[in-house]
Amino acid sequence: MSDMELYEGPLNVKEIFGRWLDEEAESNYGAYIPFVGTIRAEDGIEALSFDIYEPVLRNWFDAWQAKAAERGARVKMAHSVGDVPVHTSSYVAAVFSPRRRVALELIEEFVEDFKANAPIWKYDVVEGRRIYAEDRSTPMEGAGVLADAKLGMRNEE
Amino acid sequence: MVKVEFLGPIAREPMELEVASLAELSKVLFEEESIRPWLEKCAVAVNDVMVKDPNHPLKEGDRVSILPPVCGG
Repeated sequence: MSDMELYEGPLNVKEIFGRWLDEEAESNYGAYIPFVGTIRAEDGIEALSFDIYEPVLRNWFDAWQAKAAERGARVKMAHSVGDVPVHTSSYVAAVFSPRRRVALELIEEFVEDFKANAPIWKYDVVEGRRIYAEDRSTPMEGAGVLADAKLGMRNEE
Repeated sequence: MVKVEFLGPIAREPMELEVASLAELSKVLFEEESIRPWLEKCAVAVNDVMVKDPNHPLKEGDRVSILPPVCGG
């Protein structure tokens, strides 16, 4: 299986982490650092819901895998598509590396960059309705390029 | 023709346009009332590769994706 997995609905966290552990059992990594994102009950939501644009997500992930490989490490992630009820998990990630220091650093960089640049859109589900989580969303790196393009053209006119 | 698709929460059907650059595309999109408020905050991918250069050319058959602000996890 690829190191990036997508699932409809909540993740089976125990299965995924157990399988990843088995997959790398003979890889001679000294450190395995997993991260679990769990949906908290707040503001009356029943669930969160996610849209993903897989081709760009895959390119983003492959670039990270190459970056991890330069440091002798390996990253894995799984994410949900569609509705994920409160108190279940929509995102897990992990870093494997020969030594702990690289894994500790990479898990932070990987999870933070994921938040900022993975092409995933989040919605609150309230009374069965999906509401875009606009106030928690951030523009991706390179956002505004269309406005810049328009400005450039105006300057040429 | 260049195909333009709007991802995530932007409720808009895909468009097919005769445009030769991001600048030309931008001009068309800024004229659309339902899209305009999104554009300052959106990133752009051409054929699934993120594009940061406002002078990026477009050619026949290119697929442009408009990506609004994200929040994974």
